Amino acid sequence: MATTFPFELVSPERLVFSGKVTEVIVPGTEGEFGVLAGHAPFVSTLKPGVLTIKGDGAPQKLFVRGGFAEANPQGLTVLAETATPLAEFRPEVLAQMIKDAEEDVEDARDEATRQKRQLYVESLKSAAAAIEADSRTAH
Amino acid sequence: MASLKDLRNRIASVKATQKITKAMQMVAAAKLRRAQMAAEAARPYAQRMETVLSNIAKAVSGGPDAPVLLTGTGKDNVHLLLVLTAERGLCGAFNSSIVRLTRERAYALMAQGKTVKIFCVGRKGYEPLRRLFEKQIVELVELRSNKGVTFADAQAIADKIMAMFSAGEFDVATQFYSRFHSVISQVPTAQQIIPATFPEEQVAANDGAAAVYDYEPGEAEILTDLLPRNLAVQIFKALLENGASEQGARMSAMDNATRNAGDMIKKQTLVYNRTRQAQITKELIEIISGAEAL
Repeated sequence: MATTFPFELVSPERLVFSGKVTEVIVPGTEGEFGVLAGHAPFVSTLKPGVLTIKGDGAPQKLFVRGGFAEANPQGLTVLAETATPLAEFRPEVLAQMIKDAEEDVEDARDEATRQKRQLYVESLKSAAAAIEADSRTAH
Repeated sequence: MASLKDLRNRIASVKATQKITKAMQMVAAAKLRRAQMAAEAARPYAQRMETVLSNIAKAVSGGPDAPVLLTGTGKDNVHLLLVLTAERGLCGAFNSSIVRLTRERAYALMAQGKTVKIFCVGRKGYEPLRRLFEKQIVELVELRSNKGVTFADAQAIADKIMAMFSAGEFDVATQFYSRFHSVISQVPTAQQIIPATFPEEQVAANDGAAAVYDYEPGEAEILTDLLPRNLAVQIFKALLENGASEQGARMSAMDNATRNAGDMIKKQTLVYNRTRQAQITKELIEIISGAEAL
């Protein structure tokens, strides 16, 4: 049995997950990272993507968007504006989000915001691809 | 002197009112429990957000690339007052105490020569403020859903405020809401949200902890990303506190109303019985004196 550590996934409306886990894979802005017990103190912002919780039983996957992850000696905390289990997640919602974000790109007034919004669109798209790949393996 | 029929009608109408206030009290009690649970569920998020932000803020503040949301625009000429109230009345002094706090602050600021703009959330704050500050009200948001506030509502308000801030329409923003203390006590509170402030004890408790963390991307980037989110979180927290306060205030107001109605019914019934007896006595006297005259 691998060592476990406390993990909390919090959204503004409620505490989504709280418990002991062995590994969590978090979609960070600068790339996905896995957190095991005893991770160095660390703060990273999130990009839209799939968060995987590995503990007892099958790994749980959730779509998270907006927020940050904080690892400290007491454990890992992820604060996400939205956190939806993939099973309950509807692809149309994400498709709409991508569409909105693409419109934002076109509305951008200067190059810097345009690039930032473009990056956001790409991260949404890669999240969509990841979710689709996941649903294919699940069936 | 009111006739017996009038008295009966009056008692019946007070009884009907009492039934309504009683029902409203019970509805408010049920809603209060839900609102309190929502407020408690949101607390961990707001707390963690505050801890992390105050850690980073301390490391970054004073630096040249510190974001404007934290340091402010360097001026305080234009103040935005975000007034969070309810959509419905009949909840005691809940709305009026928030409005009073806002009004006092607005007059104090205007006396100092500052410009005041008002952003209303909820119709019950808008109506009394419109009479005093009609030209200064820049926005009105109504939250008319029965399902309670969602984070999306708070986000929408925060987005509007951010857009106004980026357009340079104000320098300092303060939100007014009612902090839920207990069912019988709600404290109208003013909280400055732009530039962001953190509770003193929080900052002191985290002293020295900031240096240990690794940040990805850099501290300043995280801060620019998190501060707008924090705005939404603070507004959301205030909305939830307000929701619980509103129900608490309504519950105690309706409890009082029910009790008053009960007292009134008792008094009216006493008058009714006395009048009835007086009438019977009068009739008897008439019959007896009629019989004696024969």
